[in-house]
Amino acid sequence: MNMSEMTALMPILMLSLTAVVLMIQASIKRDQAVAWWITAAGLLLSLWGAGYARDFVQPVTVLLVVDDWGLFFTTLILMASLVTLILSKESFSPEGERKEEYYLLLVLSVLGAVILIQSSHMASLLLGMELMGVALYGMIAFPEKGELPLEAAIKYLVLSACASVMLLFGFALIYAATGDLTFAGIGAKAGEAYAREPVLLMAGSAMILAGLGFKLSVVPFHMWTPDVYQGAPTPVTGFLATVSKGAVFIALTRFFIEGQLYQYSSLIFALSAVAIASMLVGNWLALQQQNIKRLLAYSSIAHFGYLLLVLIALSMAIDADTNRLIGEAITYYLAAYIVTTLAAFTVVATLAGEDDSLSMIGAFDGLFWRNPLQASVLTVAMLSFAGIPLTAGFIGKFYLMTVAIQSQLWVLMGALVLGSAIAIYYYLRIIFAMSKIPPASIKLGSQGDINKGPRVEFGPQDLLAALLMLLVLLLGSWPQPFIAFAGSL
Amino acid sequence: MVMINLILILLVGGVLAMLSERAGENMPRRVALTVVLLDIIYLLSHLSGMADLTQLQAPMPDDPSTWLMHFKAQWIPAFGISIEFALDGVSLLMVMLTLVLGAIAISSSWTDVMAKRGFFEANLLWTLAGVLGVFMALDLFLFFLFWEVMLIPMYFMIAIWGHENRGYAAMKFFIFTQASGLLMLVATLGLVAVNHSATGQWSFSYFDLLNTPMAEQTAHWLMLGFFIAFVVKLPAFPFHTWLPDAHTQAPTAGSVILAGILLKTGAYGLIRFAVPLFPEAALDFSFTAMALGAAGVVYGAVLAFSQTDFKRLVAYSSVSHMGFVLLGVYAWNELALQGAVMQMVAHGFSTAALFMIAGSLQERLHTRDMREMGGLWQQMPRMGAVAMFFVVASLGLPGLGNFVAEFLVLLGLFQVNPWMTAVAALGLITGAIYSLILMQRSFQGEPNAKLEGHSLTDFGRREMLTMAVMMVALIGLGLYPQPVLDMAQPVLQSLLEMTSVEIAP
Repeated sequence: MNMSEMTALMPILMLSLTAVVLMIQASIKRDQAVAWWITAAGLLLSLWGAGYARDFVQPVTVLLVVDDWGLFFTTLILMASLVTLILSKESFSPEGERKEEYYLLLVLSVLGAVILIQSSHMASLLLGMELMGVALYGMIAFPEKGELPLEAAIKYLVLSACASVMLLFGFALIYAATGDLTFAGIGAKAGEAYAREPVLLMAGSAMILAGLGFKLSVVPFHMWTPDVYQGAPTPVTGFLATVSKGAVFIALTRFFIEGQLYQYSSLIFALSAVAIASMLVGNWLALQQQNIKRLLAYSSIAHFGYLLLVLIALSMAIDADTNRLIGEAITYYLAAYIVTTLAAFTVVATLAGEDDSLSMIGAFDGLFWRNPLQASVLTVAMLSFAGIPLTAGFIGKFYLMTVAIQSQLWVLMGALVLGSAIAIYYYLRIIFAMSKIPPASIKLGSQGDINKGPRVEFGPQDLLAALLMLLVLLLGSWPQPFIAFAGSL
Repeated sequence: MVMINLILILLVGGVLAMLSERAGENMPRRVALTVVLLDIIYLLSHLSGMADLTQLQAPMPDDPSTWLMHFKAQWIPAFGISIEFALDGVSLLMVMLTLVLGAIAISSSWTDVMAKRGFFEANLLWTLAGVLGVFMALDLFLFFLFWEVMLIPMYFMIAIWGHENRGYAAMKFFIFTQASGLLMLVATLGLVAVNHSATGQWSFSYFDLLNTPMAEQTAHWLMLGFFIAFVVKLPAFPFHTWLPDAHTQAPTAGSVILAGILLKTGAYGLIRFAVPLFPEAALDFSFTAMALGAAGVVYGAVLAFSQTDFKRLVAYSSVSHMGFVLLGVYAWNELALQGAVMQMVAHGFSTAALFMIAGSLQERLHTRDMREMGGLWQQMPRMGAVAMFFVVASLGLPGLGNFVAEFLVLLGLFQVNPWMTAVAALGLITGAIYSLILMQRSFQGEPNAKLEGHSLTDFGRREMLTMAVMMVALIGLGLYPQPVLDMAQPVLQSLLEMTSVEIAP
């Protein structure tokens, strides 16, 4: 490994360094403010590293590949982690409680996600996913006094372990069929192996998809999602929804493309079934939720169902033009999803904190008149999820539909339209709750007393929420620069 | 730029109206009214510099420069999406209708809305801005954007300031239009994809997408996507079920905007997009569409007759009247199209006025139930007389705008399908029945005993002025419809030419 390869790994090195510094700091003097600042500095350094590494894109050993696409998502999840970090500071655990380890876990989890994004080998994929997952168990269960977080962590731990086992078994089967563990190697040898051992190869791929599908929480591997979303501390839920799911999806995409899995119609068929089920079941169950965190859990199930459509479209892609479109669609949709989700969770974390009763939809009644800024952010986030024009989510959906039409995936398209139509209802419910005028102020009429509610202080979280809202609107109303950028990756 | 400014004035005006609430509770409505009037003056000042509006040159579909105004700027070049606005006679009529009814709606909200006036007027202005965008956008992406975005402030108007069942109504309104809008988005993308595979270029421009060659089957499906989106908004039977709820629950100004303007976006979409983009498919489909229109005329009238809620009755009468528009569009000859355009304008005024009367009654009596009314004329003669005027306008009394419209539609339709005309003409009779029932139950007859002791204030000067504007408009349309017909004529002419060339090559 030479110097240039080391430089390409800059974000990973910086994150590892941060983890080490945090451990040393904890052993010298326990102070959570210091730990917070070290983490923040470490994440910023890694961000700088991700920018610096852009000049050194190359495969680094057989395990990792550093490319522009991966570096873009590395940047994105590092930013998402920064958001999580800012929310975590304000959000949970009262004064005096020790939580330096939380920051260590956060850094380790991000490190796992970055490795996952850049993996080009089964071993690094597993390594990244486990590092990310194991650190997450700790983060979910961190408020150790609560019952819900503990339940969520156990649930996630047990099911995650099952998923990892599936994944490993899938690796073994594929190795048996092809004799290779690198994604590209599998892709090269799969054709011949398929002729010889079709069952082995298909069973292996199916198990890998199942294992990854669990992390993405697509139907039928979604059972854990609502409980974990609800039980985990809100910043961690946001982290899980964006960093963890995003990284896994990138890894899945890499494996899918490099391994040329899109050629096998039985896999495509299974994937289509999963995608359609996720769109419909996710949206349908979201209708019945009273807790906004659970609602967002089901909505994320649906969103990953939509996103799977793009992978399926790869099987139909005929020309380079369509392939470019598919690449842009993945980048745009995932970026839009991550930004929107962060905006939503920022609001939930700010308003509800760790109080489960405050994350019920009823608790958001009349929010427009109490806290217009946070209400506007949540409204924009909901509209973006629903795919209303001028928001990032709309351009994302626009991309998916264009891809579906170009690839003539009519059934998936139908499910997408139906799912989106159902989804409008529950996103609107939240907006409706927020827009209710509190009865008292109606009686008092137009005396203007409504505006004189408790003065809300403007904190860093409000700034963060406002920034994220602007980003969602910018991506939706002036997408050209980002489209050009995504096209260049 | 003129067209963008028209929209921007309303958008910025909305923000100003919201902020002005701090200066005083009455400020928002004053600001809002000023903004709309300013917009009207701005538009007129630019039109006065142009050629005589009654002798417009025919706007050619392949040459934007023959249009009254045209503006195009790059927006998302990766997909060939641009900010493209254009104005011809028909869209100009619609824009003027929107602005005038907008001013009227603001006036009707003068005493109606008590809470959060600033945000209310802002939403009203933003809805108007969205509607203007719909009437002027000629990039299909931009059109879809305005189509969807105008729903959001409208949703808020119903959801926040509506009546007892507002949550349900607002949700239903939004889901119906949004879900059907999704179909339109899919159809738009399909059309663009077909065009892309034919030319290798991405483009959402109306001018590029006209005359896209495609297989018959494809054209049918795509046309259906547009058709459903537009008839849900129109609304035509059997997609009308959102309308009675939304109209009844909306605050008065919301009902005025919904019935007066928003419904017209559906009709406009049919004339501008659904038929010209897919002329052959539309021709094949025309019988079904006309049957839906005729069914709507009769069905809406029958349901209107059986209502006890004043607003609901007017809402169902809209279904009936919009059936005429659908008939006129799919008869697709000059007379019928003229009638459809005329109906859009005339119905805008007559229904807006009826909703305002309903709103005034609710404000005074706190009910919309006609069983609790009766004999109101004695206490409120001015309101009674005004109501009488608009009721007979809505039933199609000769000499008023609605008559001209319905007559033209029937005349044009007769050349295409006499039997359908016979069915639709039933609508005129049933229309007379439900309109007069409305009048009898509320304003005539014995005064309702429950109203004893209520002192009911008659229409004041502000209300009479608003009503007078609409009366003059309807009388003008009825006695001298020529200017409106002249404005629409060249547009319709060129649309007819363009589609007929395609049908018989």
